[in-house]
Amino acid sequence: MSQLSVEGLAANAAGEAILHGVDLQVSAGEVHAVMGPNGCGKSTLAHVLAGRHGYTVTAGRALLDGRDLLTLSPFERARAGLFLAMQYPTEVPGVKLLDVLGASLRAAGRSPVAADLEALLSTEAERLSVPAALLERAVNVDLSGGEQKRGEALQLAVLRPRIAVLDEIDSGLDVDALRAVARRIEEAPTEGLGVLAITHYTRLLGVLRADRVHIMIRGRIVASGGPELADELERTGYERWDRPAPAEVAVKLGRSF
Amino acid sequence: MPDFRDVFSVAYAAGLDGAGWLQQRRLEAAEAVGTAELPSAAEEEWRYSPVAKLSLEAYLPAPSGGTNGAAGAGDLLGSLRDRWGVLSALVVTFDGHLVSTQITPAAAAAGLAVRPLGDEPEPAGALGGVLGEPSDVFGLMNDAFCSAPVLLEIPRGARLTDPVAVVNVVSAPSLAVFPRLSVVVGDGAEAQVVNAFLSGPQEAFVVPVAELTVGPAARLQYLTLQELGPQAVGIEQTAATVASQGHLAIGLAAVGGGYARSRVDCTLSGRGATGDMSAMYFGDRDQVLDFRTFQNHSAPDTNSNLLFVGAVEDRARSIYSGLIRVGPEARGTDAQQTNRILKLSEGVWADSVPNLEIENNDVRCAHASSVGPIDEDHRFYLESRGVPPDVAERLIVEGFFGEVRGRLPVQSVAAGLDEVVRAKIGPGR
Repeated sequence: MSQLSVEGLAANAAGEAILHGVDLQVSAGEVHAVMGPNGCGKSTLAHVLAGRHGYTVTAGRALLDGRDLLTLSPFERARAGLFLAMQYPTEVPGVKLLDVLGASLRAAGRSPVAADLEALLSTEAERLSVPAALLERAVNVDLSGGEQKRGEALQLAVLRPRIAVLDEIDSGLDVDALRAVARRIEEAPTEGLGVLAITHYTRLLGVLRADRVHIMIRGRIVASGGPELADELERTGYERWDRPAPAEVAVKLGRSF
Repeated sequence: MPDFRDVFSVAYAAGLDGAGWLQQRRLEAAEAVGTAELPSAAEEEWRYSPVAKLSLEAYLPAPSGGTNGAAGAGDLLGSLRDRWGVLSALVVTFDGHLVSTQITPAAAAAGLAVRPLGDEPEPAGALGGVLGEPSDVFGLMNDAFCSAPVLLEIPRGARLTDPVAVVNVVSAPSLAVFPRLSVVVGDGAEAQVVNAFLSGPQEAFVVPVAELTVGPAARLQYLTLQELGPQAVGIEQTAATVASQGHLAIGLAAVGGGYARSRVDCTLSGRGATGDMSAMYFGDRDQVLDFRTFQNHSAPDTNSNLLFVGAVEDRARSIYSGLIRVGPEARGTDAQQTNRILKLSEGVWADSVPNLEIENNDVRCAHASSVGPIDEDHRFYLESRGVPPDVAERLIVEGFFGEVRGRLPVQSVAAGLDEVVRAKIGPGR
């Protein structure tokens, strides 16, 4: 059974420390939600796991079934079974979604003949209410935010990763689309998918049942619990957790004295 | 020290076949070649060009008289049919000689005429009517040494459903050829023309001139295919004029040549005329690809939309310099100019120089250019979907050309460029 194990992950972006030692474990069949206010490092965590340029890992590991993802190229991470659904999916002019999925499946040794690929894609497109025309269009170019997110969910369904990191998958989606995407994600764990869903709002958790909820503040996981943690968050907001750790308080006090 | 003028001389021009008017025209131009200087990169129109490095004395003129290329032309015909589909007509020049002229009965019935100019009475303005006096020694050399000028006439109201292809092949080593084509599209007529240049692996000097006349409310799609060999030098000029409500789309696909230059001048001379230009080019190894464009608006309510898209790899260089001129009489002009260049290696060099000269206030003009490597975000996105890096790069490069490929004129022929670009990108990607 697949497992993503993030241990003491620290990372910088543009020379500024963003992640200060993140620990998480996501197993196949589980849905984990990472919640936090703007700027807490949620997207950085997603990008660092996927290997996006512009970040420097300063400490820690991210093991996927024992292999440290952080030593791999973005392609190798995807091959190892990681998928990132981006908050703002990149527009790639002139490159059709169909060709991207075909190339990826071929590289994974799932070499579908054209007819099979077409059948697979149209089945998944239907499940997600994605118009089939989207497949023939350039990836994310001139699409609404909702179409882009459905496109990300479609890729997730077709590529069948072991671990999926969903960065704000709910933003830009209307209620129906959000339900369709959540349904598709919830069906996936029977295929053995582990989900790390990053979100700002509890809205996603209204439709996507999380097994574990983590609260991230200033680059650290400050609380973890069951779904009830999200309910608590809904009542109290982030402020309750958003205070300096005792050690930092001591340092600050020490400085001011 | 040998001089190219010793060989490309009045005597050589005098030995070429043709009607009296053509011979006279050649002799006058050959006299002028004798005193002309090679252009220098100090001139704006030749800025950044390696013209000073050309050794014209290394080239030989085409021998006069027959050629044994006709057999080769037959093979070519078959392979082109496979690549390009149905054609209205096929004209082949081989090592500077006109070896084949074929027209389908349907195109002939529609009125298409292919006229070798060597043995005709002079059709008014067929040569020089659009280009005017040559602006440099290469234009003069074409005037002086064009051995087989061809005129395509599409008479008033005629509509050709399939493209006319003119294919110029250079096979003998170190040969210099001067292909010459005039296309005249009459009032309300419609045609598609492909002018292709191919050469073998050895050195060649290919100096074509094409003149396009698009009549009132006529439509012409014109595509130049430059697939010269890696040692060839190509210096090409296309000049066009579009009358009132006429529509011209000029396309340029340039993938070959060691040094290959294209200059395209399009004058919109009648109210409501349109002259669009698009180019797709790909240079690798030590290729230098050089483009000069002139969008000349000299009548009201005229439109020109230019899109040049290229990639350079290894140590290749590209030069783009374009001028939009809007004359005082051309109110209501809409002119666009876009140049995009993808740098696929560290060692490449690309220049992009737009120029505007606007003498009327009631116009819409815009130019944009971008030069840069593959976008890291594009690469990351595809790789993070599990697309291998080499395939990702290939998809991105093909995607980069997608828009312009779709915009090139004569789509049935331009479609074949996908394969050419794929071959350029290489199996390593």
